[in-house]
Amino acid sequence: MRRLLALLMAAALLALPAAATAADCKPRTTLGDVEDEVMCPVCGTPLALATEAPQANRERAFIQGLVDDCLSKDQIKDRLVAEYGSEVLSTPDDSGFDLAATLVPAGLVLLGGGALAAAALQWRRSRGGWTSYGPLDDDPDETGVREPRRPGPPEPGASERLQDDLDRYGR
Amino acid sequence: MQRLRSPFVIAALIGVTALLGLLVYGLSHNGPDRAIEDSLAKGQREAAPDFDLPRLDGGGRQTLADYRGKVVVLNVWGSWCDPCRTESPLLERWHKRISRDGKGTLLGIDVLDNTPDAEAFIREYGLTYPQLKDPEDQLRPEYGVAGVPETIVIDPRGRVAAVKRGPVDDAFMRQNVAPLLKAGS
Repeated sequence: MRRLLALLMAAALLALPAAATAADCKPRTTLGDVEDEVMCPVCGTPLALATEAPQANRERAFIQGLVDDCLSKDQIKDRLVAEYGSEVLSTPDDSGFDLAATLVPAGLVLLGGGALAAAALQWRRSRGGWTSYGPLDDDPDETGVREPRRPGPPEPGASERLQDDLDRYGR
Repeated sequence: MQRLRSPFVIAALIGVTALLGLLVYGLSHNGPDRAIEDSLAKGQREAAPDFDLPRLDGGGRQTLADYRGKVVVLNVWGSWCDPCRTESPLLERWHKRISRDGKGTLLGIDVLDNTPDAEAFIREYGLTYPQLKDPEDQLRPEYGVAGVPETIVIDPRGRVAAVKRGPVDDAFMRQNVAPLLKAGS
């Protein structure tokens, strides 16, 4: 009897540190932090939004158990994937129709940017060419305003050369 | 006509066409696969797609081919599912009946569930038939599984003989499972 009691006490003393360790572990995340990043696979919604679904409630209880066991958020997500499959994660899959969730927004941004650039180019062209001014007059008038230099008299023979060119090109 | 050729309009048309194409693709591939029902309606039994799933008790993996030569009543369930609770006692009774002579077995597939809850469910209802789990959703594309519970009956030659989308009852089991247990089915 005494030996039995001694054995029992020894076993209890050995168990105490382990129990204390488990109870003392500091949770590394919270249920709310995890449920923001995982789905309710049955509901097809983020777990945080699936308030009354039975499967969602069981999933939350499962997560809380892992939080109480002091697993990190990434460790909890790995366990969820092992239990529920990769669809439990909130990020879309990288294949099949789910890939469209990534491609479509990116495609729309590219299309929109390209369309804006094309529209801007066309708008600039539709405003016409720049007005070409001659060089400014170096001698300001009495008011101090510099005006474009007026063209001087034509060079001698310029009119005949012009007429020859017009005749040559049939105009 | 020049307005139609502007880059802005062309880009917008391409974008709208692409989005419409994506919508059509998504809608056409979104419904559950009913190929099994279509074949059964024509009086045909298609080969049951094989699968390779882990055992719920962690003791390795199993495939459908492991049960070749037996009638297999594949039952897809989840511990959170109320109709699954209702049909479980009936499934256990039928398992005892069809496994007596080694001619058949129930085979449970736990889906969208966590192992502790599934094991608690099995203990609560005293289920003795083999249990697998399908975390990567193999059954949905192969068998058109869209919810729980669903039951697929497979004959000894590995062909789908019947399917029930929803809880089964005694009448379903008598009509679809019992005849397969006779020799030569």
